[in-house]
Amino acid sequence: MSGFSFDAVAAILFIPAGAAAILAAMPNYRMTAIVNVIASLLTLLAALSLFVTDRPAPGQYLLVDDLNIVFIVLNTFVGFTTSVFSASYIAHELETGRLTKPNLRFYHAMYQIMMFGMNLAFVSNNIGLMWVAVELATLTTVLMVGIYRTHEALEAAWKYFILGSVGIALALFGTILVYMAAQPVVGEGTNAMVWSVLIEKAAHFDPALLSVAFIFLLLGYGTKVGLAPLHAWLPDAHAEGPTPISAVLSGLLLNVALYAVLRFKLLLAASPQAIGPGPLMVTMGLTSLIFAAFMLYRRRDIKRLFAYSSIEHMGIIVFAFGMGGPLANFAGLLHMVMHSLTKSAIFFAVGHIAQVKGTQKISEIRGLTESHPGLGWALVIGVVAIAGLPPLGIFMSEFLVVSSTFARHPWLAIPLVFGLLIAFGALLLRLTGVAFGEPRGGMAPVEASYVPMYSHLALVFGAGIYLPAPLVAWFQHVAGILG
Amino acid sequence: MNGLTFDIAHLLAGSLVLISFMMLYQDRLFALINVFALHAVVLALSVAWQAYIQDAHHLYITAGIALVFKAIVIPVGLHRIIQRLGIHRDIETAVGIGPTMLAGIGLVTLSMVLMLRVTPEADPLAREDLAFALSIILLGLLVMVTRRNAVSQVVGFMSLENGLVLAATGAKGMPLVVEISVAFSILIAFIVIGVFLFRIRERFDSVDIGALDDYRGERR
Repeated sequence: MSGFSFDAVAAILFIPAGAAAILAAMPNYRMTAIVNVIASLLTLLAALSLFVTDRPAPGQYLLVDDLNIVFIVLNTFVGFTTSVFSASYIAHELETGRLTKPNLRFYHAMYQIMMFGMNLAFVSNNIGLMWVAVELATLTTVLMVGIYRTHEALEAAWKYFILGSVGIALALFGTILVYMAAQPVVGEGTNAMVWSVLIEKAAHFDPALLSVAFIFLLLGYGTKVGLAPLHAWLPDAHAEGPTPISAVLSGLLLNVALYAVLRFKLLLAASPQAIGPGPLMVTMGLTSLIFAAFMLYRRRDIKRLFAYSSIEHMGIIVFAFGMGGPLANFAGLLHMVMHSLTKSAIFFAVGHIAQVKGTQKISEIRGLTESHPGLGWALVIGVVAIAGLPPLGIFMSEFLVVSSTFARHPWLAIPLVFGLLIAFGALLLRLTGVAFGEPRGGMAPVEASYVPMYSHLALVFGAGIYLPAPLVAWFQHVAGILG
Repeated sequence: MNGLTFDIAHLLAGSLVLISFMMLYQDRLFALINVFALHAVVLALSVAWQAYIQDAHHLYITAGIALVFKAIVIPVGLHRIIQRLGIHRDIETAVGIGPTMLAGIGLVTLSMVLMLRVTPEADPLAREDLAFALSIILLGLLVMVTRRNAVSQVVGFMSLENGLVLAATGAKGMPLVVEISVAFSILIAFIVIGVFLFRIRERFDSVDIGALDDYRGERR
C-alpha cells in the first residue's frame, strides 16, 4: 500500500514533467492542446488519489500532510480546467495570428513545467527545494507573459522578472538565515533544511535570527503573493500575457507563494520567543486590501481591473491567516479556495470577451449580456461572487473573516470592512457598464468553452449555500494545524 | 579558529562590500561592468577560501562558476551587447551620486547593526560573512533602484546575487549551495539573453509601474 501512495506523489511530479518533454517535441498543434488537457487531467486524478492512499513518511525532500493536500488538489483542479479553457482560447489566437505554431509548442511545454514547479513547491519538505521550485514556476510564467512579443508584453515580462528576481533573492537570504538558526541545534547538512525536522526543534532555535529570517521570507515570498507595496509586477503581468496565464497566475501561483509564507509562519509560531508573525501579516494584508480597493476605481483595462482585485483578495487572505486562530484560519483557507475558483472563472470569461470585442478597454465593452449572454452572465455571476454578495461562496468566507475579526480585535474590523465596501463599489460600478446597456464592439458569435467557467461558478455557488460536512471537518482540522 | 584564516576571509568579504560601493558611483556602463567583473573575481577568491578552510570541496565548483561565468563570460557578453545597442555613452544614474553614497552608508550600517545583534551566538566567521552579505545585497538593490538602464539593473542584480552566494558559502555545511549557484547562473543567462534579444534599452528601462500605466492610458 505504501508503495502505491509513493507513486501518487511521484505521479503529480512526473506526469507534468514527462508531458512537458513530450509537448516540446510534438509538431501537431491540435494534438498538443489535447495532450495538455489529458496530462492535466491525469495529474488531477493523481492528486485526488492522495486522499485515499496511505501517505509516505516525510522524507528529506518530499512531504505530504493535511495542509498541502488542500493546496495540491486545488492547484491540479484549476490547472486542469484552465487547460480546457486554454485549448479553445489558443485556437482563436492562432486564427487571428497573434500566436504562431512554434509559439504554441513552447507555450504548452511551459504550461506543464509550470505545473511541475508548483506541485513540487507544494510537496517539498526541504526549504531549499521549495525555493528552487518557486523560482522555476516563476521563470516559466515570465516566459509565458512575454509570449506575444509586443512592446507592452515584453515590458510587463521584464518588470515581473526583475521584481520577481529581487523577491526570490530576499527569500533565499531568509532561507539561508533559517538554516543558520537551525544549524547549531540540528547539526550541519541537509537535515537543517528539512521542514518536518525544523518544526520539531524550532523552539530551540535562536529566536532573534528566526525573526529576521521571517521578515526576509515574508518580503521575498510576499512579492510573489502580490502584497502591497511589492505588487507592481502583478497588474502588468496579468494584463499583457495570454488570459489562461492570467487565470493560473491569480488562481494558483499566488497561492504557491502564500503556502511558502504559511509554512514559515508555522515555524515561527513554534518558537515562543520569536516575534509574532501575525501583526506583520495583518498589516501587509490590510494595506494591500485598502490600496487595491482604491486602485480599482481608476482601471480602464478589464484584465488589470481583475488583477487589482486579486491583490485585494490576497490581502484579505493574508490578513485572515495573520489573525490566526481556528476560525480566522478556516475563513482564510475557504477564502483562498473560493478566490482561486472565482477569479480563474472570471478570467476565462474575460479571455473570450477580449477576443470577441478585440479590446481589453473597459470603455469599449458594453452590453455583454445582450450581445453574448453566455459570457455576459458568467461575468456577472463571477463579479457578483468576487464582490462578496450572498449567496455565493466568497460572501461566506468574507463574512467569517469579518466576524472573527469583530470577535477578537473589533478595531481592526473597521479598516477591513471599509476596504471591502470600497472594492465592492468599484467592481459593481464597472460591471454595470460592461454587462448591461446598449451593446458595443464586436458582435461575432463566440466559440467559447463554457464548461470550465460555469463549473467553477457552480462550485462557488454550491459552497455558498451548503458546505459538505466532511469538507468542513477537513478544513477545520487544517485550520487547527495552522495554529 | 586560526587568526590568519579568519583575517583573510574577513578581508575578502570586506573588499566585496567596498567594490559594491564602487559600483554606486560609476556613471558609465563600461566602467560599471568592469567593476562588476572585479566583484566577481573577489567573490571567487572568497568562496575558494571558504572551501579551503571549511574543507568543503564542492564549493570550489561555486568558485569556478563565479570566476568563469560571472567574471569573464557575462562581462564580455555585456560589453558586446552595449556596443550593439549603441548605449555605451549613456550616463544613466537616476539619483545623484552624493545621496546614493549616503544611502549606501546607511544601508551598510543597518545591516551591520541588525546582523551582528541577532547572531551573538553564531560562529564569528559566519556571523561577519552574513553581515557583509546583507550589506552587499542591500547595495545591489540600491544599484538597481538608482539606475534607469536595463543593463545596469542586471549588473545590480548580479552583485546582489554575489552577496547571496557569500552568505550561502559562509553558512557552514549548507546543502544545495552549488545547485543554487548553478540555478542563479541560468537565471542570469536568461536575463542577459532577454536584454539582447528584445533590445531592451532606454525606452524600456524602468521598473516603475507608472511607465506602463501611462502607456495604457490608465493615468490622466
